[in-house]
Amino acid sequence: MNHAWTLTKMRVRLATRNRAFFFFSFVMPLLFLFGAVLFFARGSGGRIAYVLGAILTLTVMGSFWGLSVQLVTFREQGILRRFRLAPVSAGAILASSILSNYFLSLPVFVLELILCRYAFHLRSWGNLWAILALVTLGSAAFAALGLIVASVTNTMQETQMINNLIWTGFLTLSGATIPLALLPPWIQRVALFIPATYLATGLQSAARNLASAGEIAIDLVALALGLGVAFEVSRQLFRWEPEAKAPRRAKWWVVAVMIPFLIFGAWENMSGDLLSRVNRNFQSLRGNIPSVGMPLGR
Amino acid sequence: MSEPVILVEDLYKSYGAVEAVRGVSFAVQEGEVFGLLGPNGAGKTTTVEILEGLRTRDRGVARVCGLDPDSSGERFKERIGAVLQSTSLPDKLRVKEAIELFAEFYRRRADTDALLRRFQLDEKRSAFYGQLSGGQRQRLALALAMVNDPQVVFLDEPTAGLDPQVRREIYDIIEQFRREKKTVLLTTHYIEEAERLCDRVAIVDHGRVIALGAPRDLKQRSAGTTRIEVRLARRLLNGAGASLEGVTDCREFDGRYVLHSVQPPRTIVALVKQLEAENNELQSLEMFSPSLEDVFIELTGRRLRE
Repeated sequence: MNHAWTLTKMRVRLATRNRAFFFFSFVMPLLFLFGAVLFFARGSGGRIAYVLGAILTLTVMGSFWGLSVQLVTFREQGILRRFRLAPVSAGAILASSILSNYFLSLPVFVLELILCRYAFHLRSWGNLWAILALVTLGSAAFAALGLIVASVTNTMQETQMINNLIWTGFLTLSGATIPLALLPPWIQRVALFIPATYLATGLQSAARNLASAGEIAIDLVALALGLGVAFEVSRQLFRWEPEAKAPRRAKWWVVAVMIPFLIFGAWENMSGDLLSRVNRNFQSLRGNIPSVGMPLGR
Repeated sequence: MSEPVILVEDLYKSYGAVEAVRGVSFAVQEGEVFGLLGPNGAGKTTTVEILEGLRTRDRGVARVCGLDPDSSGERFKERIGAVLQSTSLPDKLRVKEAIELFAEFYRRRADTDALLRRFQLDEKRSAFYGQLSGGQRQRLALALAMVNDPQVVFLDEPTAGLDPQVRREIYDIIEQFRREKKTVLLTTHYIEEAERLCDRVAIVDHGRVIALGAPRDLKQRSAGTTRIEVRLARRLLNGAGASLEGVTDCREFDGRYVLHSVQPPRTIVALVKQLEAENNELQSLEMFSPSLEDVFIELTGRRLRE
């Protein structure tokens, strides 16, 4: 753990010296926030809470890109080889990716909350503890998912291509951008198998203080399981050498990552609890945003 | 004799159909500077990377300080220092930060300021890695190899691509390792590096050790011969070079003739006569005392840097 902490400090330091990182991690999320408030929630405290949930989700999901791209760069440039000579484990390097990503994102989360509360007239803080827990576990889980992509791809181009594909799915199907309640019922059911849906629903509920502790706990368990499996899989698939290719067994490990979400997706499809919460979150906005009256999945 | 610090026996390593290392064996004693000398692609880097724990061997024995690099983990890494053929660090990492970072990974740590002074990096302590020259980067790589005060140091072509002045600075550093009784395994394709720095040398070609011994002993193989390198306007008639007086060996490389002679003055006179007879012209002539290059030519029929 000491080595992971040492590497975390180094990676935070390096990120703060990188202008591109500053733009994508600090400026872009705030631009999203201003844009979303301007277009969807100007002058409405109720809608601000919904927008805050969505924006926090987008910021957390940004961890998926985060430092996984840097890890591929380190591998391609032969930097990881130098670390391999030292008594440093793959787990320490991966943990440092997750931790540094979290510490670098934390000021953005705080800034988004403060801006919404004081500049955009958010009526209450919502369930702050739930927000903190979801943001913490969510950023770790999504960073770990990004690390798997970094492990199974051989070049930066491949990494960015696959990241874009998965990212698009997360953006459109999770409810972070288009409210899930507005999507056709079969898409809502498919969305229950996506980790981003648990995060988006959890944060939207927590920001409006609409979810019970038990409901938030389900989101947290889903994210924690996803984090645990994704971290272990990325550790198994970790490659130090630029010329080392992803092993054939990699695809089976990737399937393993999906198991927790397949189980949760099947469970939620049967119980309908998560879709009820999605519906509740959306209904709470009725009167504030144009009603489309699309029926939910159940 | 005590147990060797580095032991390699019948080592094999293939990459697909390419056999990079084919039965390499040698042993390095404590405090010895041992060189693996050979052309590019001879299997030097593969051998040293197996010993560093970066690659797994197909078969054979590899031991460093009595430990198997494949399976000894941190215990092994605590005892070695290494300079890779090409070291990369993040561009935005400062020199002092890099040394402190790597030092934190080890239980036994050298003093950062002392390392900065020793490797002449004191003035560059706040410079980013991306701003360093090739020589400064290599000095930093050497400093990183010493952060844990290792028992064994692996140096994979530590002066490749550096200008002569920087190369001499690196030689001084390696000679300091010798004075400190560090065990050093050095790979190189520079003859003068092996001759100047190494107590013993293994000449490697096509994945095999083709000669092993002290540079002085190896050069005894060519003792009594002088290497004469000549460039001519046209090629010599077939067999004319080898039949010159005093010549024991004659080979042509890149338009130059390399003659080994036991009677250099007579060989030169005979050569001039032969050129007159052929209406040929001498463009340049150089003479060299025996070196490891001659040993390599005699053993392989090729020059080291072909």
